[in-house]
Amino acid sequence: MRYSGWRVIREALTGHKGWTPAWRDPEPQAAYDILVVGGGGHGLATAYYLAKEFGQAKIAVLEKGYIGGGNVGRNTTIIRSNYLLDGNQPFYEFSLKLWEGLEQDFNYNAMVSQRGIINLFHTDAQRDAYTRRGNAMILHGADAEMLNRDQVRALYPFLNFDNARFPIKGALMQRRGGTVRHDAVAWGYARGADQRGVDIIQNCEVTGIRTEHGRVTGVDTTRGFIGAKKVGVAVAGSSSKVMAHAGMRLPMESHVLQAFVSEGLKPVIDGVMTYGAGHFYVSQSDKGGLVFGGDIDGYNSYAQRGNMPVVEDVAEGGMSLMPMIGRARLLRMWGGIMDMSMDGSPIIDKTDIDGLYFNGGWCYGGFKATPASGWCFAHLLATDQSHSTATAYRFDRFRKGLMIDEKGQGAQPNLH
Amino acid sequence: MTQIRRISGGRIDRSKTLNFTFDGKAYSGHPGDTLASALLANGVQLMGRSFKYHRPRGPIASGSEEPNALVELRNGARQEPNTRATVAELFEGLEAKSQNRWPSLSFDAMSINDRLSSFLTAGFYYKTFMWPASLWEKLYEPLIRHAAGLGSLSKQDDPDSYDKGFLHCDLLVIGAGPSGLAAALTAGRAGARVILADEDFTFGGRLNAETLAIGSDSGADWAVKTAAELVTLPNVRLMSRTTILGAFDHGIYSAVERVSDHLAVPMDGKPRQILWRIYSKRAILTAGAIERPIAFENNDRPGIMLAGALRAYANRWGVAVGDRLAVFTNNDDGVRSALDLQAKGINVEALIDTRANAATVNGLRHIRGGEVVNSSGRLGLTSITVRMANGGTDIIPVNALGVSGGWNPNLNIASHQRGRPVWDDAIAAFVPGADGPAGLSAAGAASGAFSTHAALQTGTMEAVKALAALGIAAKPIEIPKAEDAPVSITPIWYVRSGKGRAWIDQQNDVTVKDVKLAHQENFRSVEHLKRYTTLGMATDQGKTSNILGLAIMAELTGKPIPDTGTTIYRPPYTPVAMGALGGRSRGEHFKPTRLTPSHKWATEQGAIFVEVGMWLRTQWVPKPGETTWRQSVDREVSATRQSVGICDVTTLGKIDIQGTDAGLFLDRVYANTFSTLGFGKVRYGLMLREDGIVMDDGTTARLGEHEYVMTTTTANAVPVFRHLEYCRQVLWPDLDVQLISTTEAWAQYSVAGPNARKLLEKLVDQDISNEAFPYMACGEISVCGGLRARLFRISFSGELAYEIAVPTRYGDAMIRALVEAGQEFDAVVYGTEALGVMRVEKGHVAGNELNGQSTALNMGLGKMVSKKKDSIGMVLSQREGLNQDDGLRLVGVKPVDPSKLLTAGSHFIAHGKSTVAAHDDGWLTSVVFSPNLGHSIALGYLKNGSARLGERIRTINLLAKTEVEVEIVSPHFIDPEGERLRA
Amino acid sequence: MIINHPLLGPRDAQEFVYLGDASLIGRPDGMTEGAVDAFHDYLYLRDNPAGEHRELWYHEQGDRSWLVVTRNTVTHEVVSVEIARDVARKMGRSK
Repeated sequence: MRYSGWRVIREALTGHKGWTPAWRDPEPQAAYDILVVGGGGHGLATAYYLAKEFGQAKIAVLEKGYIGGGNVGRNTTIIRSNYLLDGNQPFYEFSLKLWEGLEQDFNYNAMVSQRGIINLFHTDAQRDAYTRRGNAMILHGADAEMLNRDQVRALYPFLNFDNARFPIKGALMQRRGGTVRHDAVAWGYARGADQRGVDIIQNCEVTGIRTEHGRVTGVDTTRGFIGAKKVGVAVAGSSSKVMAHAGMRLPMESHVLQAFVSEGLKPVIDGVMTYGAGHFYVSQSDKGGLVFGGDIDGYNSYAQRGNMPVVEDVAEGGMSLMPMIGRARLLRMWGGIMDMSMDGSPIIDKTDIDGLYFNGGWCYGGFKATPASGWCFAHLLATDQSHSTATAYRFDRFRKGLMIDEKGQGAQPNLH
Repeated sequence: MTQIRRISGGRIDRSKTLNFTFDGKAYSGHPGDTLASALLANGVQLMGRSFKYHRPRGPIASGSEEPNALVELRNGARQEPNTRATVAELFEGLEAKSQNRWPSLSFDAMSINDRLSSFLTAGFYYKTFMWPASLWEKLYEPLIRHAAGLGSLSKQDDPDSYDKGFLHCDLLVIGAGPSGLAAALTAGRAGARVILADEDFTFGGRLNAETLAIGSDSGADWAVKTAAELVTLPNVRLMSRTTILGAFDHGIYSAVERVSDHLAVPMDGKPRQILWRIYSKRAILTAGAIERPIAFENNDRPGIMLAGALRAYANRWGVAVGDRLAVFTNNDDGVRSALDLQAKGINVEALIDTRANAATVNGLRHIRGGEVVNSSGRLGLTSITVRMANGGTDIIPVNALGVSGGWNPNLNIASHQRGRPVWDDAIAAFVPGADGPAGLSAAGAASGAFSTHAALQTGTMEAVKALAALGIAAKPIEIPKAEDAPVSITPIWYVRSGKGRAWIDQQNDVTVKDVKLAHQENFRSVEHLKRYTTLGMATDQGKTSNILGLAIMAELTGKPIPDTGTTIYRPPYTPVAMGALGGRSRGEHFKPTRLTPSHKWATEQGAIFVEVGMWLRTQWVPKPGETTWRQSVDREVSATRQSVGICDVTTLGKIDIQGTDAGLFLDRVYANTFSTLGFGKVRYGLMLREDGIVMDDGTTARLGEHEYVMTTTTANAVPVFRHLEYCRQVLWPDLDVQLISTTEAWAQYSVAGPNARKLLEKLVDQDISNEAFPYMACGEISVCGGLRARLFRISFSGELAYEIAVPTRYGDAMIRALVEAGQEFDAVVYGTEALGVMRVEKGHVAGNELNGQSTALNMGLGKMVSKKKDSIGMVLSQREGLNQDDGLRLVGVKPVDPSKLLTAGSHFIAHGKSTVAAHDDGWLTSVVFSPNLGHSIALGYLKNGSARLGERIRTINLLAKTEVEVEIVSPHFIDPEGERLRA
Repeated sequence: MIINHPLLGPRDAQEFVYLGDASLIGRPDGMTEGAVDAFHDYLYLRDNPAGEHRELWYHEQGDRSWLVVTRNTVTHEVVSVEIARDVARKMGRSK
């Protein structure tokens, strides 16, 4: 079924009887050519592009719970390509370009909205670093602008310009940055993949990875053994758990990142904003909630919930940046589990086991990466070659000293 | 208007009248009223509009679970959007406005959406607005955003203050209804430290809304008496107007106390709210239960409420929501509502009971086996349509209807740590499971014990159990005689009839049809259902709607409710003001401010300060007549290089390192060698992270055989100290080495310039001639005739320079003494800008180069990494990726045309190459204007830079669209041979 | 979270700074053959268990002790707290 405004009208006039399931719930087959482990945004995108762009068939996505229940279902919805380093920038720009055509591509309105993102700066050193970054972005074909204090004030007059502990000096802006309705990304990819014959199998947890002679043969699951020629694992947050089934230790830790939403408010913040003097970033959803977040809690966790110190830290940042939100109420807080990698950048790579591929380590940048991650992982699974924008995302970069460390924090995952 | 719906009784103070306005119209009420009860007393049922369809709405509840009656409370900068009228205490002069309507609440143009509802079903927006793509940002989304949200922020700074506080207790009791009071009394009498918190402004919980007796008292009076006894116990803290927001790890609960929300403005010096962090050893959840509706067509009209709310308004607030009522129930508690209302003298036109076999209730029209199938009334209920057991229908004119679909234990907080509730068939509801927060148990209605007797009984027993686990012996209280009716319910979730819409989530306009559509489209997991339909995502977090939606999905899938899923809640229990979470940490007090010892002096001189981490440092000190910062900075630099300048460098980290293994320790933590350093000598040290990247740099002085003083950069003072403790305690636990941070203990000033020695000789008691105290010497000296001090002959500026340290309490005196001693040399005090200029002129790296991404090799310091000893980072610094011949190297940069200004962050692009990443050769890290050279100079990281000295290349800033041709030079712009600093 | 400091009693985790897996105690010898590989595994690879995890915390707002906290990463329950120096010595680390 193709979605369109006409279809909505026709269904409205005929009692909505014609809507069909957005995706099927098939029983798993005995074997597939390619198994994608993980029905989150990245796994579903991988399956979608495998089927659509790389001509693959006999694909299944295995999801331990319900699809889209991981970080694609609990994030702050931001898309951007304002990265600094050569290893990252082309990939995220590729992703942003895919976002720009995504809805028409998969025929689902994910509300990709490019209302702009600004990164505020408060010191000369931050300005210098953003100048370096903005130039790197443009050199890689992305867009970037430098805003001075008055230009920031014109955009957001209610920010604290007058008695701030760390006065706003300006901002780096990417106008093509913005937000996306996050759940719709999972559903759109799922529906698109399903329509192209991909089996999406929910409530199917992988409990083992079987190999013979150094080659993967399939996976054990809570719904039995499923054979496969290739297995691609995209389970960020749980990467270490799943890859342990293949005897691998990964260069990452799992951490909890909290995010927050306020009660619905009439629009006050058009774009996305990050505070440069505290842990706080914010946007306002199309439903009216202020969506905001800050730093990770900082300790290893698989608990999908955090603690008050970070909640308060984020609120302090918010109140310092925009004291008008004092009377807005925080409605909900939640926590997601991040693969925090050793340099803050992801891995999309083969493993030492033939036919076993890995995608993870997204830290808290995974949502914006979803389309490119899916595309590049599909590229790797289908061709055994890294996609040109993802060549740096290798396991061996740590051994070789080729870290992609945007924040310059070294091998300490909770600082990335 | 008079309070036409006010009836007798209730726990309000009729001796006082409070005046207030709603949408500009004046009303009155009494102390004890909420805004909702007062409006209802005045005959106002219509209080809001729903989110999507803009349906007219009145309150359905009498507590914090309310989804509909949301208002903008107060005005101006204190305007609070989305305030629930059902919990807003009335005060004199209260002003409230309705939300999400235009032009008025009774006539809302956006209610056109209601007519278009068949187009606006769950998730319709995912299926359309995609063509053409460009119209999303230009047309569709602006339209959607225009309709977003309910209330408005004022866009002004919140004028009120907020506090934070910390409390500790043996037992936290969450909710002060019968079970909570019983629990607190039990624990309080046993001498345990107890906190009893309730969101309401009065204790008693549901007892205040009931006519039931406890012993010889009314329930409400029993609550008053019990609270009165608790007040006398010094070990019990009673906290009303206090909402427990969430259960966090290890018995920590977060709470917000609304100190001033019941006042027009906070009293002088009082915060609006306090955020408490409560450390409890045990906690009992006694938060009661929340009634749930039954969905039927047009069940959302103002006047249709939860039956228990109707009863609460009558019993607690003396308000008859209508003068002709009906009650629709599937359980005995609904029957009680009807009887209570009738007993208050209100006409109960009918009791519609879905249970055909329910025991007959006499004295009113009891329609057994009936169902309400529809309602009428545009802005308020005028009649209901009832389908009889025999299939016939009757239209009953009523202006209020109470609906009871049963009660859900209010287990919200018990699921905050993702513990799963379990289904209890006996009450047809979820109760807290065993996997809730450690140390938390539930009692009373929150645990599914619904009768008053059971609430008291479980409350006292859970307290006894909780205290026993702490080794505190407590005796259960004697339970007075109280109602102990069993729960009798036959679950029904929605009425099957007609084609119209039956609401589940009233605020977000989620109807039974939406759930059916979600099912049809395979959004069947509870999480998919919520996300697709927005069920339970409104400001009430689905307190009255989640279970209904889940139950309907269960019916559609043919699975039992517990197999369909559960619904858990996330903190906060009710929405909490951002201001409370932020507390005092806002504005200038966002972070602590650290002041240097010369701050007072600098302030007197009119210095300009700059934030450096938490520190405020002097950035420059303008003199009369200087109109730009450059004038001041150029003067400070020139004067220093020509004569002498003084700079406060206290902020640099200082760590005393002592012990017989101190030298060995330094060899391990620095890439270069320190154990060979002579006494009374200073050496520059480079510290790597274990991954081989430079962590920090600084100097370390050897004051004695086993005594060193390390300095770090300002930014890294804390992390480096932490790292050294790690190395000392964790990696090499038996090294004899002790550390202490002395950053705050010493005021330290740099004295730099050709006359630095002459200046210091006036103050220092010892001989500091070049022979006695050469370059890189250090020592413990005295100044001004005996004050102990430390002197280091080190130079960041490249001049003859010293750093002199005195105990911090002499820092103010020292700067004054230095300035005075310097007068004859026209000494200047220079700030961080001049410091920066001189270090770039000298080619020293600082924060912009020490960016956490650079190696010693990048900085031109590769040879400092000794391979003869094991040190942190030595091994991994040898990886191939960090040792590429064409890698980045630190270079000096000057514009070919000296009149051109450089910009830090500009990238190097060779001549003739296009501006694409493939030709990106590096960037300018630090740029200053050198008054000595008369032009802009810079440091930068350039690919293969050390081999490119003399090359001309472009530096390009694509953000400003500027390009400057530069020459690559040595980073040592001034005195490359180092003659000055050895002078 | 609360960390029950062996010397100071229960303290809010907010007083501490977290480093990571206590395996970081076992720093290889940098002067041996193949040290790069040993350091790679030591610095970059983690078990990252869902369950009990021994980890290093630093009491920065307190007595500057480095502690080894054994904590369940799923429930956050703290099972034990030890002085890191004692643990390191037990693991054979000395000078």
